[in-house]
Amino acid sequence: MSAVGGVAAGERVGRSGLPAFRVSRSTRLHLVVLVVSIAIVVGLATVPMWAQVSVTRTLITLFGLIALAQMWNLLGGFAGLISVGQQAYIGIGAYGLWFFGDELHIHPFLAVPCAAVLAALIALPIAPLLFRLRGGYFAIGTWVFAESIRIIVSNIQATGGGSGKTVVSAALLPRDTRIFGTYWVGLAVAVGAILLVYLLLRSKRGLALTAIRDNTLAAQSSGVNVFTSKLIVYVAAAFGCGAMGAVVAMNLLRIQPAASFSINWTAFAIFIVVIGGFGSIEGPILGAVIYFALQQTLSQYGSTYFLLLGVIAVVMATKLPRGLWGLVTARWDIHLFPVRRGLVLESQPDAPAASEAPLPVEHVTP
Amino acid sequence: MSFLELQDVSVFYGDFQALFTISLSIEEGQTFAVIGANGAGKSTMLRTVAGLLRPRSGRILFEGEPVDHVSAHKRVGMGISMVPEGRRVFASLTVNENLQVGAYSGRKGDWTIESVYELFPLLKPLAKRQAASLSGGEQQALAIGRALMSNPRLVLLDEVSLGLAPVVIKRIYEAMVELPSRGTTVLVVEQDVQHVLTVADHVACFLEGRISLQGEPAELKSDEITAAYFGM
Amino acid sequence: MNWVNVAIQGILLGGLYALFAIGLALVFGVMRLVNLAHGDLGILAAFIALGFVRSGVGLPASAVLSVIIMVAVGYVLQRGLLNFTLGTDDTRPIVVTFGLAIIIQNALLLKFSADEQGLNGGSLETASIHISNRLAIGWYPLLVFILAVVIIAALQAFLNGTKMGRAFRATSDDREAAELMGMNNRHVYALAMAVSLGTVAIGGLALAVRTSFDPTSGPFNLIFAFEAVIMGGMGSIWGTLLGGVLLGAAQTLGAQAFGSGWGILCGHAVFLIVLALKPSGFFAKTVTA
Repeated sequence: MSAVGGVAAGERVGRSGLPAFRVSRSTRLHLVVLVVSIAIVVGLATVPMWAQVSVTRTLITLFGLIALAQMWNLLGGFAGLISVGQQAYIGIGAYGLWFFGDELHIHPFLAVPCAAVLAALIALPIAPLLFRLRGGYFAIGTWVFAESIRIIVSNIQATGGGSGKTVVSAALLPRDTRIFGTYWVGLAVAVGAILLVYLLLRSKRGLALTAIRDNTLAAQSSGVNVFTSKLIVYVAAAFGCGAMGAVVAMNLLRIQPAASFSINWTAFAIFIVVIGGFGSIEGPILGAVIYFALQQTLSQYGSTYFLLLGVIAVVMATKLPRGLWGLVTARWDIHLFPVRRGLVLESQPDAPAASEAPLPVEHVTP
Repeated sequence: MSFLELQDVSVFYGDFQALFTISLSIEEGQTFAVIGANGAGKSTMLRTVAGLLRPRSGRILFEGEPVDHVSAHKRVGMGISMVPEGRRVFASLTVNENLQVGAYSGRKGDWTIESVYELFPLLKPLAKRQAASLSGGEQQALAIGRALMSNPRLVLLDEVSLGLAPVVIKRIYEAMVELPSRGTTVLVVEQDVQHVLTVADHVACFLEGRISLQGEPAELKSDEITAAYFGM
Repeated sequence: MNWVNVAIQGILLGGLYALFAIGLALVFGVMRLVNLAHGDLGILAAFIALGFVRSGVGLPASAVLSVIIMVAVGYVLQRGLLNFTLGTDDTRPIVVTFGLAIIIQNALLLKFSADEQGLNGGSLETASIHISNRLAIGWYPLLVFILAVVIIAALQAFLNGTKMGRAFRATSDDREAAELMGMNNRHVYALAMAVSLGTVAIGGLALAVRTSFDPTSGPFNLIFAFEAVIMGGMGSIWGTLLGGVLLGAAQTLGAQAFGSGWGILCGHAVFLIVLALKPSGFFAKTVTA
């Protein structure tokens, strides 16, 4: 076991008499979570082989929601950028799938990452423009951008105008290949989205992000490059949403401006994060599952269902701002994903053995 | 019955305790000074009296009435007015408008815009200027004048000499001395011990959220005060 | 259709956009709240008037009743819900007002269906002033523009010359100091929202007479209001008129030049350009948002 500053484990450090410590991120719980997660993913991967097609296709919707929620949360919960315009990149991803698949004749499964890259490339020059706006105005700015893309696509005949197009290259794949493949790509996108957020948060950049979210001015004066951090997050979120949009289009085999660029995507994301939780990786997963269940059972009720969702969102945002997962964290202090840094106390010669659980440290200067 | 009384007041910022069962009595007509180092809790105490903070335990009595859970804006109507730390004048309003806003609570009394200009003649030529363009000393004078416009029975002054030139500080203290005779009791928090002891008739020294010394300046020796200030 | 006519149409359209923008700018100025339900609240006003009209009340009375109701709604909404979303956290007001927008839209859908509606303004809607052979100005758009100017002037007078107007400005500058001067923030905010919804109600009614509307028309008008506010500068009420005019002209001229489907996009393009070149708009008073 290493110790900080070259002091051996168990030895008291310096004048201040602090016990020796090391900075750690993982615990035994995390190991268990890792094993269980792998088991779940493997299990999910086998679904198309034994379940009905309708189940398989429905699960793709869930994967899309998980990916969307992670991206929205990355922007809003971690970087403090509340976007109501991610549908821009979802739509770009959908149209990108058609473009790379139908027009450039790239295999549809490969067209998905291409579409995601396209979304990221478009996000790059747009971000600095939008970053000139703050808070609620930034939010509406993202919406303006999404609307602009939607209008452009609606008005150009080459992209099918208002009625859209069929994604022929995907439709022409052999049925089983298409269903299995779309499912696995969808699963990969969902898992990838979670991993992307997780890795980003574990990095030094991730610490910078938390600092920016909590107090931008203080972060700036601590030397954190706010602009670059926000840019990375915005582009990453565009990439993720682009991938998700491509998967959705591949599942539906259709792209259409009103659907692909619909504000409803943002509404879903908001509901998920409000119900499940903000600012954690677990929250949006929980929220996506709950929302997915609600959607499958209640969306037949149309406007009443949406009205109810709106009420739930308002009530939860006011009363339980940290969502359901926030409730769990507050009561039991469980963190399934090891992104927070803790202090692990080394044992002292006359003290009991070192505790395995790290003490959570909220604000560690970068 | 004292004019203002704090009884065992404890104030927290989240989990951090800033004031530990503070007890204080101020009589009407006094100029009461509270001194202490940075972070000793002086401003916290003042902000609690003003109503911006609520004590977690203890009581605050103003003219015999408990006020500890009365909102800050209502306390103005009761006669408590504060000149906050850092001046906090309304930047986009003119000097005149700042004073007008000070009278928002509608309390009647001797203080009008004219009488404030008499107290601080340096403000008169600046009447139509935006407060943001004033110097530090001018803003401080404006902040005090603004607080007086509500015709308070008790005025709370939070570090009014901070960052100001000596000649400005002198003018402010000259103004401060006039207040009790015009019907306003003064509770002043200062880091500048020398100056404030020349005008105060009672002083309390804060140290890490507790009162380390109380008494009349005339009766306290300067090394007593230093010891209480630094906690030696 | 010549270009001058089109340009004038666009300028006058700016008056309508300004009516929507005023409330958004006011509420942002006083309490830093960006109300994503703003457009929907304007449409709600139109539907309230529609409801009265359908039950036999004349249009002018329906309009007045609608505005009064929306003013009351504004006060209650702020005091009862939105005040609790304000604080250091940016996300809560956005999520809550977005949820509010969803609630309003779907409630209207349930009550009135998705059909397009209109408020009948009689001959006023289409009458125009013929200035010359080739130049005509519609009466109605002109009246709406004048109405916007009058409301802005009145609001400015209120802010500069009245006790409560000064309270709005003081609270906007420093809410804590305002509390120390005896102003009740919760009440001041609620009044600001009441005024805001009053103006957006007028905007919604003006829109409803001019064109058709349905429960989902809100977001469009929110975006236009927002663009007008940003282009005009975030601290300025008069600026919203300038922003609105710029937007309206960009839209009508764009539609004329490129076809009707492209008009709105031209508006967005001009907005993005202004954002790139002058991020604080033309009349900004404060630099930090």
